[in-house]
Parts: sequence; C-alpha cells; structure tokens
Amino acid sequence: MPEPIAFDESQVDVSSIDFSDLEAQYHVPEPEHSYEHFVICDGAPIAPEAKAPVLKKVLTKLFSQCGKVVDMFMPLENGQTKGYLIIELENAAAADKAVKQLNGKKLDVKHRLAVNKLPDMEKYALNDNITEEFREPAIPEFRSHGYLKSWLLDPNGREQFMLHHHDTVGVYWYKKNIQPEEVIEPRAHWTSASMKFSPKGTYLFSFFPGGVQAWGGEKFDRIRRFVHPGVQLLDFSPTEKFLVTLSPEPIVIPPEDHPARAQCLFSAESAGHKLVIWDLQTGLPVRTFALPPNLEKQQSMPWPLIKWSFDDKYCARMGPDALAIYDTTQEFALLDKKLYKAEGIMDFEFAPAGVRLATTRKNDPPETVFSFWTPETPNQSARVSVVQLPSRQVLRTVNLFNVSDVKLCWQDEAKMLCCKVDRHTKSRKTTFTNLELLSLGEKDIPVEKVELKEVVSSFQWEPHGERFVTVSKLDTPNPNIAVPDNIVSFYDVEEAKVAKQVIKKWLCYKTVTKTHANQIRWSPKGRFVVVATVTGANGDLDFYDSDYDGEKEKEQSDKVKSNLKLLNHHEYKGLTDLAWDPSGRYVAGWSSTWRHKIENGYRIYDLVGMLRKEELIDGFKEFEWRPRPPSMLSSNDRKKVRKSLKEYAAQFEEADAMEADAELRELILKRKRLLQEWYTWRKEVIAKLKELHLTQEQAETREEVIEEVKEEILEEKEEVIE
Amino acid sequence: MMRPLMLKGHDRSLTQVKFNREGDLLFSVSKGKEASVWYSSNGERLGTFVGHNGTIWSIDIDPETDYAVTGSADFTAKLWKAENGQCIHTWTLESPVKRVEFSPDGNQVLIVTDQVMGQTGKIKLFDIDHTQNAQPSTPKLEIVNEDGPASRFTVAGWSYGAFYILAAHADGKVSKYDARTGELLGSTRNQEMVLTDLQFSPDKTYFIVSSKDKTACLYDVDRLSLLKRYTADVPMNSACITPVKEFVILGGGQDAREVTTTSLSEGKFESRFYHKIFEEEIGRVKGHFGPLNYVAVHPKGTCYASGGEDGFVRLHHFHRSYFEFLYDVEKTAQATQQFEIEAK
Repeated sequence: MPEPIAFDESQVDVSSIDFSDLEAQYHVPEPEHSYEHFVICDGAPIAPEAKAPVLKKVLTKLFSQCGKVVDMFMPLENGQTKGYLIIELENAAAADKAVKQLNGKKLDVKHRLAVNKLPDMEKYALNDNITEEFREPAIPEFRSHGYLKSWLLDPNGREQFMLHHHDTVGVYWYKKNIQPEEVIEPRAHWTSASMKFSPKGTYLFSFFPGGVQAWGGEKFDRIRRFVHPGVQLLDFSPTEKFLVTLSPEPIVIPPEDHPARAQCLFSAESAGHKLVIWDLQTGLPVRTFALPPNLEKQQSMPWPLIKWSFDDKYCARMGPDALAIYDTTQEFALLDKKLYKAEGIMDFEFAPAGVRLATTRKNDPPETVFSFWTPETPNQSARVSVVQLPSRQVLRTVNLFNVSDVKLCWQDEAKMLCCKVDRHTKSRKTTFTNLELLSLGEKDIPVEKVELKEVVSSFQWEPHGERFVTVSKLDTPNPNIAVPDNIVSFYDVEEAKVAKQVIKKWLCYKTVTKTHANQIRWSPKGRFVVVATVTGANGDLDFYDSDYDGEKEKEQSDKVKSNLKLLNHHEYKGLTDLAWDPSGRYVAGWSSTWRHKIENGYRIYDLVGMLRKEELIDGFKEFEWRPRPPSMLSSNDRKKVRKSLKEYAAQFEEADAMEADAELRELILKRKRLLQEWYTWRKEVIAKLKELHLTQEQAETREEVIEEVKEEILEEKEEVIE
Repeated sequence: MMRPLMLKGHDRSLTQVKFNREGDLLFSVSKGKEASVWYSSNGERLGTFVGHNGTIWSIDIDPETDYAVTGSADFTAKLWKAENGQCIHTWTLESPVKRVEFSPDGNQVLIVTDQVMGQTGKIKLFDIDHTQNAQPSTPKLEIVNEDGPASRFTVAGWSYGAFYILAAHADGKVSKYDARTGELLGSTRNQEMVLTDLQFSPDKTYFIVSSKDKTACLYDVDRLSLLKRYTADVPMNSACITPVKEFVILGGGQDAREVTTTSLSEGKFESRFYHKIFEEEIGRVKGHFGPLNYVAVHPKGTCYASGGEDGFVRLHHFHRSYFEFLYDVEKTAQATQQFEIEAK
C-alpha cells in the first residue's frame, strides 16, 4: 500500500487551478428564443410561382391535422418553389406530432415529405457535423462463418440432430445403432429457453433474455444477434429471408440523447410495439407491429401471427374484419395501399407452394394463393374463399351452414385444400365434421365432400400425394377416459369417369377403431405414416406402410390402389412428441422433462419401425432433426438413383458393416481391458487375504449340512379288499 | 428365472432383508414392529422376533446363526437368540438406530445412530460376549460425525478382518475408519445425494454404495478408490454384489411420495442387474408395487431377495440361464484360463 500523501488544504491556492474544463462541461446555456415549434418540410413538389398558393393551401391543411399553423414560409427561386418550406406551428407539441405523423408521408406517387424539427436540423447540420465532402461510411470487415450448408456435404448423407437436456445443447450426427457422433462439443447455457433450426436448416437459433441469436457454419459460430428484450416466440418465413419475434414487453426507445440510442435498431415509430420482422441477412428490423388489442389480453397466443406466401413475396396478418397483406419486395408496404376486407375473418392460410391453376399457362410461374374463412352471420352463410394474389381475385368460395369451426389444411404441393368443417346439429347439442376437399389444379376448382358422423381432431395430407389420414371421435364420448374411443381412418382417391370428366372421390379404405391414438405423422416422402398416442401417461407408436408390397387384407377396399399394412407397434410410455427426419428414413420420439419426468430421453426408429437407438437422459428437454432444403435432383436424376438402388445399397451396407465392425472391435477391446484390470486387482487382493489368513475356504470348512425331513400325511383312506 | 416366492408376513414397508451365512434362512424387518425369519428354500415363515416398539430399520445375523441383532426407531437395539426368538439384551441409545451389523467374526456389533433431535450421529461398537446373555452396555468405541447434519451417517459396515469401518453419509461421501482406534483414515465423495445402502463383496474387500442420485458406486476397501459406477434412471435404495457371477443388483424406484402420481410401470419398481465389471445393464426383474427398499443376495449366489415399500419380500431363485450367461469376452477369457491350467 502506498504511503498516504500529507495534504494541507490551507496550502492550496484556489485561484491557480484551471476550472475551464469543468465549466465547459457543466455550462448551462442562457435561455434563448426557442425554435422548438418550427419544422422543416422537404420533398414538397417544385411548382411554378403561380401554383404556390394552391400548394400552400394543401400543405396548411395537411399540417393543421397536428396543430394550428401559425406561419408558413415557402422560398422561391427562379419563379419556382424550391421543394422545401419552413412551417411555424402553435407549440412544440404540435411540431413533435407533425414529425411523428407526417415524416415519410406520401403526398402523391412522386413526392414523399420529410419533416424534421428546425432545432434538429441545426444540431446536425450547423455544428460542423456534416462536411461538404461525402465520406464513405466504414463498412465492417466481412467475417466468414464458413460454408453455411456444409452439413449437406456429408459423403454419407447422414442426418444431424439437436439434443437439449438440462442446460446443455449438443448437435450430433446420427449413426444408426451406435453412439451419435458430436458435431460440436455440447455447450452449457447455450440458450435460456429452447433451441430452433430455421426451416431450411441453415441456422440454429438460441434465446437469451435480450433477444435471439443465430448460429451456423461448420462449428456453429455466432452469426448474428437480434436484440428484442424478453422475446418468447420465434418464427421464420419459408425461404429463411425473414425472422419474426414476439415479446410480451413493448419496445422501449431510449431518449434522443441517451447513449443507448445509438445501439437501438428500432426507430421512434416502433415504441410500444411487440412484434418484429427482421431481415435475416442484415440483422435489421424491417417492420414492427403493435399487438392487435384483441390479442393483448389473451392468455395463449395464436402463433404464428404473421403468415407468409410460399416464396416470401407476401406476408399477411389478420385483424378484426380484415387481412393486412404486405409486399415484402416493396419495403413491406401494404399491398395496393389497402386492407383486404373480410368481415368476421376467423383464420387464413397461404398455399404452401405455388399453385398451378387450370388457367395457368404452361410457361407462366405458379400463382400465389391464400384461403380464409368467415363465420355465419344472420343474413349470410359461413364461407371459405380461395383468393389469388396480387390480383385479389376470388377463385372459389364454398358456402357452409351450421359451422362451429373450420380448419384449412393445404396439401404440401398446394394441389389440394381440405377444409375441415366442424358442424353442429340444429339443436347445437352435438358436432360432427365434414371434409370439403378442393382440387386447385382442375377447372373451376371442384369440391368433393366427405361427410362424417364423428368430429375429426386431426387431419394430415400425405406429402406429395392425395391420400390423407384422420383421427376422429364421436361427439358423445364415453365418460370413462380409460376406454379408447378414437378412430383412425385412412383415405385414398377413387377415380371415376363421369361424362368424360374425371371425378375424384375420396374413400375411407381402412379404419382402426377403439384406440387412444391422437397424432399422425406422415413421412416427408409419403407412403409411410406413423400414428401415435401422446397422452403423457401412456404412449405408443404404430408404423404403417400404405403401399405395402404384399397381399391385401380382405377388409380393405379394392377400389383404391393403397394397400395398408401395420409394420410395427411399439409402446413408449413417456412419449411427448415425435418427428420424422427430413429424408424420411427415421422417426424420433422423445420424452421431455417439460411435460413430465417419466423416461426422459429419446428413441430413434427407422421407417419400418425397428428401434435403432434408445437413450435415457435425465432432464431431457427437446429433440430436433436439422431440416434440409428441398432436393435439387430432377425427376430424371431420381429415376436413375432408383434404378441403381441395388448397387448403392451394397456399397452402403459394406460401409455400415465396416463402421459397425470398428465400433464393435473397440467395444470388445475395452471390455477385455476392463476384465483384465479387474482380475489383476482381484489376484492382488486374494494374495493379501491369504497372508492375513482370511480366505473364504477356511470359513467354508466349518459348514455342515443338516437335512431336515418333514413328512406330512395329506390323506388317509381305508379300503376293504374283498 | 423361476416364479418368485412371495413372502407375505409384514403389513408395512420392508426396510431390510438379510440371509444368514449358509443362506438357508432369510431375516426381514419392516416398518412394523416385528422381525421375521423365513426358510429361503420354500418361503415358509419360521418365526418372528417380537419386542420392538417402532420401525425396525436394520437386522443382522452372526456367522454361526446364534444371534440376531436389530436396530429400531424406538431408540433401542436388541440382541436375540436366533433359534427361539428370545430377546436377551437391549441397548438403549439416544436416537433412532439406522443400521446394525455384526463384525465378520461375530464378536462385535456396530450400531449407527441417527442425527436427529439435537443428537449427533454416531457409530458405536459393542463387544459381544458369547458366554452369557447380559452384554456390556458401554460401547467399546464411538465414532462421531463431526461434519454437521447434512453429512450425517446413514449406513455403515465392517471390512474384511474387522479392520475398518466403512461409513456412508447423507451428502454422498464415503469414509473409512480404523475399527480399533476410530481414527478417520480417508474419505471420498463421488455421489450427489443421500447414500442409501452399503453392502460388501463376499470377501469384504470391496463394497457397493447406492444413492438417491440414481447411481451406485463400487469402491475398494484398501485404497477407497472408485472402481465402477452404475447409472440408473430412478433413485436407488439398495445395491448388492452377487457371488459366483460378476454382477451387481440394484433396487429402488421413484420416491414413495411421488408414486401416487405415477402409474405402476412408470415408477420403475424393478431390480436391475448390471455387469459388475463392464458397468452395463443386463436385465431387470419386475414385480413390486412400490419402490424396492432393499436387495440381498444368497451367499452362494443361488437366489436373491428384495424387500419393497409394498410390504412384500420377493425371493427369486436363479435359473440355469442366469449362471450360463457370459459376455463373449468372458468366454474367451475363461477358455484361455482353462487352456493355461491344462498346459501346466
């Protein structure tokens, strides 16, 4: 510790100290005449002098919305207005209001107003903050994160998956029966909530209290941070261009002169908003929204709040009685500057792919289409509408009666749309479901109706196919929940020709009754489907092949091509969720500690339902397969692969066997080593005991066996022999 | 495996089951007030020891099956004549008795007392006088827990030759004391939660400790080093080492108070068999309706008994396939050994 310096106040000459720096710092300017109520307006039309009064009148009217216009100065040059003007408003509050409301206001197609407060202009422009010369902004050096799609280059085409348990998250290569290989060392505290892959698998997103972060590349480096405090929900646009986050905390903009303001990416208009759309490439917010008042008070949030067209060109969100459709290529401006009015709109869905209508010409790009439904009103039926964008042309409406709810289920190629209509009887005592199936590709979009007696709780289209599976249940259920009363139904198309026109008819060719099953998962490649029971206390999985290459069961209808076969059945008590891998080769089921503490861990089955891998992990939270972008192979390439499948299979089997061999050899060596270590140790111990005369043989000599025989007479009979 | 014998005699949860040295008799104690003696061959009850006034936590039998000792929550430990069930001595202690065990030669007994109601947990050693009924009432040696209630003794046992006392603590620590001087010779901590049981190998040179942290650890006595670790998915209440086969048996299950919220199969009330050397799970035996509180194996390795929270003792006799089961590596090792012996 240094010696304390002797300090005597009386020795200091105060007058000799230079206080000028402090004075400068704490100088309070003399109050001067305030210009706080002046605004400068740029971007006004350049008009000849003669028209100036008219323009003045228009602008005065406009600015009067914000407060009384005291004076307006419009400079002239060469007999023309200069395109800017200075406006004096009644007070500073009116000036603030003008900036907030009219800055960026479009006067007409060519003219967009820029409104700023006069003191702001001075602050930025006069204090030498702006030089005459243009200085290029410093562009931060490009940092490469490696090839973001590197995992797709795996020579064996293996799948990656993410495991989250306790606070640790790891990403692994799936390796059939053997222990998965770590892609990266599992990281502790990687996320404060859950983890999520983006839809094409490029990024892995983690949460932290201040927002979300994107990770990617070979080593999962941090690529970008999206600061949105308190964020709880996350969603993506289908092509990974945009990211949507929602936080229950409204955005707070730090005050103008606060140092945190420079870090804040949101502009003043975003204050109080909760929903943010981000550009994934730049990491900047592109649009923010306040929550509609009807959602503010709701306990459970419908998610996603913003839905996207298949190509990310449009996105839309639902409000009361209208749909706001935004054009993402026009800086998220409202399409045609107006809402899409739909009274009482309940729900909407974009087609998940481009739609080829009967009227679409061969070389035209596919159409963007969305569908929505509106409920019954006293003088109108409930209806489902299919609308084309950007033309807003209604392609088809379906009128419905006695409707309680409608779910819109698009087939993944958008060739079909199923409206699952839950209807009630006139007494409103029981409900039942109708399926209205629209074929988008055919002329006039025909609707086929399937009427059911039960309520359908789950409906799933076969990917790339026209078959579907439903789970349904009678509305008068057995009060005992232990009695299974769900019905799983399998549907296929029966094609009939009526007057030269092919009419599609869906036929239920197989039902499984009295089951608890409630989840349907089609393989992403179609054909195979897993029907699972996920109830928390009891779980099982049924693996079905819908094109089984064998004899068809008698009860299945001959009118359809499908041949359904139950391949495998597994019980999985703890099951809380399940998912196919993107290639459709494996199904993962897992038991998450978020739901319960039973059998936490995961299992991986192959497509025919053979258990390949099981791991029980304490505190297991979630599992996710890494998604893949759609395949780039043409149908010809595919055919070629299919043709030479046998050759490939032989190669793969050989590689598998070699790898398994290596693994097995290692295991055997490890066991040998353990065995040897053990017996060497035992030999030492036994030798030591011998020295101490404590060996067990000694003890055993003292033992004697006493056998006790107990006889019991069970029955006695006396018979007289003649 | 054969159909198990169900020993129904206790109306409360079992706390400990134990074979005598020959393995012909099985002793069991429960949260009821009686101890029972059974024939291990047929499950017939031979008799009971009546006299305690609370849960009996522990029982042990001396090597000659002359005496049995029991420790109870009524603050006493009792010495019984094994052949007629007569209580010949009662030690009165200052707190509940959690564990009793005879030394390998039968001349001493250790008593573990609980650390409750302001009392410090202790391990007390008493001499046993085989010539008369009355026993010395002052302990020969007292080992006192000095680390506070979080680290209290839960169970303890004797090593080979009665040289050492091995004690398990509530914080997952295992410590080794000199049985003559009471000196602490070493301690180690490899488990996270309460240690529930400590059982020795037949020659008492190594031992297994089960814990509520869902694991069991195998230690050697001399170096007190961790040899193996067996990981399960539910809290473990007991573990034992099988003679003849290189296995260990673990018993446990979801805690009793959580069981009501889970169905039968979810509680995982199973005995689990692990390969002792490879640390791999080999099999499970179902049957109990509640957690397993104790597992004990016959000294000749021909059967094992499990005592459950459900009040039943299940006695399983091993089938031939149990004895024939070997890993391939073990088979080759045996073959080479055989070959070497023949060569000599």
